[in-house]
Amino acid sequence: MNTGLSAQLRLINNGFSLDATLNTPDNGITVLFGASGTGKTTLLRAIAGLEKSTGSLSVGGEIWQDEHTCLPAHKRACGYVFQEANLFTHMNVRSNLQYGYTRSEHAEYCINFEHATELLTLNKLLDRPSTQLSGGERKRVAIAQALLSGPKLLLLDEPLASLDARHKSELMPFLERLHSELDIPIIYVSHAPDEVAQLADYLALMDGGRILATGAMNEILTRFDLPVAHDADAGAVLSVTPGDHDTQYNLTTLNFSGGSLLVPGRIDTDCENMRVRIMARDVSLTLQRQTNTSILNIVSTTVIELSNDGAAQTLVKLDAGGTALLARITCKSAAAMNITTGMKLYAQIKSVALLNG
Amino acid sequence: MLNPDDITALWITLKLASITTLLLLVAGTPLAWWLSRTQSALKPVIDAVITLPLILPPTVLGFYLLIALGPDGPIGSLAASAGGQSLAFSFTGLVIGSVIYSLPFVIRPLEDAFTAIGKRPLEVAATLGAGPADRFFSIALPLARPGYLTALVLGFAHTLGEFGVVLMIGGNIPGKTQVLSIAIYDHVETLEYSQAHLLSGLLLCLSFFLLLGVFTFNRRLRILRT
Repeated sequence: MNTGLSAQLRLINNGFSLDATLNTPDNGITVLFGASGTGKTTLLRAIAGLEKSTGSLSVGGEIWQDEHTCLPAHKRACGYVFQEANLFTHMNVRSNLQYGYTRSEHAEYCINFEHATELLTLNKLLDRPSTQLSGGERKRVAIAQALLSGPKLLLLDEPLASLDARHKSELMPFLERLHSELDIPIIYVSHAPDEVAQLADYLALMDGGRILATGAMNEILTRFDLPVAHDADAGAVLSVTPGDHDTQYNLTTLNFSGGSLLVPGRIDTDCENMRVRIMARDVSLTLQRQTNTSILNIVSTTVIELSNDGAAQTLVKLDAGGTALLARITCKSAAAMNITTGMKLYAQIKSVALLNG
Repeated sequence: MLNPDDITALWITLKLASITTLLLLVAGTPLAWWLSRTQSALKPVIDAVITLPLILPPTVLGFYLLIALGPDGPIGSLAASAGGQSLAFSFTGLVIGSVIYSLPFVIRPLEDAFTAIGKRPLEVAATLGAGPADRFFSIALPLARPGYLTALVLGFAHTLGEFGVVLMIGGNIPGKTQVLSIAIYDHVETLEYSQAHLLSGLLLCLSFFLLLGVFTFNRRLRILRT
């Protein structure tokens, strides 16, 4: 039995119909990704029990909903951070945090009060009225509040959506910390590719009230049968571990399963879960390893799949030691090089974008 | 100064207004809560019925109540069969009349306050493990506090000034059903203007300070909120 989340929920609401099947592992962030109006929030609400739905739902091996039972929202051990991060305006921050903590039989299941306030650095805010907080602070309080109710599942509805760029970058480290410190599944709704690349372990693509595909993030990003791979900003996201720093040229080596990459600057080696993004348009292909080139990052790969991408371009999916990469080249080049599946090629990577660290 | 009958009238008036307001706040809470949440097709009908006393001439309301509360009326005969006496011309009758007369002044502010809370805080409370009753007492009630204050003062002040309904169903029995507003009328009828002045001034001040209290306190509450 799946000890994460296993949901098969259907509902019809004002002409919108949701029919979603979603399975997640027992920890890590699953990003529910899709355009506005595709039913992401509705699915979260159905999971939380705030929207009446039919079907089945189990979390951590516990049945929340099937044909016989349907737990009401307050009986589901699920933390929900709403998009607006609504706090109780008649209470100060401390009382807001304690609201779920004192009511939950699972309190301390995943976090205790001190740990939560420390994790989200709320110590200085505890006695503040909840109406006197900035947008980012409110989100942090709402996240801590949800965590303190002892959830077995955390639902985050676009936590970064209503924040400006500064507050976004302020909150991001907290979200990454949640990711590494919590041992419960997190479902994170987003329509921003940047957030997905930075936070997602798993990706569930949603469209028209249905889940199109679920899987490990890079696997989904590079699947040709899904629309994301054909996006103008398509690319692969790689997990890397920082290695040596070359002091002479100020370059840091980043290792991944398919080799290593060089990026400018010095990188804090403490950073876990480091990721880089390589856009399909930044990858060119050669039959031999080039030596007289300014491009530093050249990776040996095998062609897995080819697909026409518009009239003039071909999308090539490559395997680099178990990691998938995408390259977008012209059809003319593909024909000239006679690229076929199974062929060994060198991927020249023009630019590597660090997503964190 | 105030003669003993006037003092009794003042006492009856305050007692009537207090009991009426208390009853309305207690009974009005579930009704206002239901009205603020329901999608029922009956809502407009109930809204109209509740608001009716606001529009209806008090004499019309009083007339129907007199019929209903009298010995042959549905409520009056019910009370009689329970061993009580006729409700018309009694203090209990006055309370029933006042409750209906002041109904919109208590229900409306409560309903508005509950509606203003919206669904979200209650949903947040539910996801944090609070059951329906818990949600009502820990979230809805405290958030509706300004509405309760308005309802309390409007209900009380409106009952203080009641005249037509009381006259129709309470008669004008000094020491039993004579309230301040009717005592004033009697004083004017018998040309006792100084007594009328005194009582009128008393009602005027009482009403003004009650309203002043509401507006000051409610404004302060709003400042706290933003």
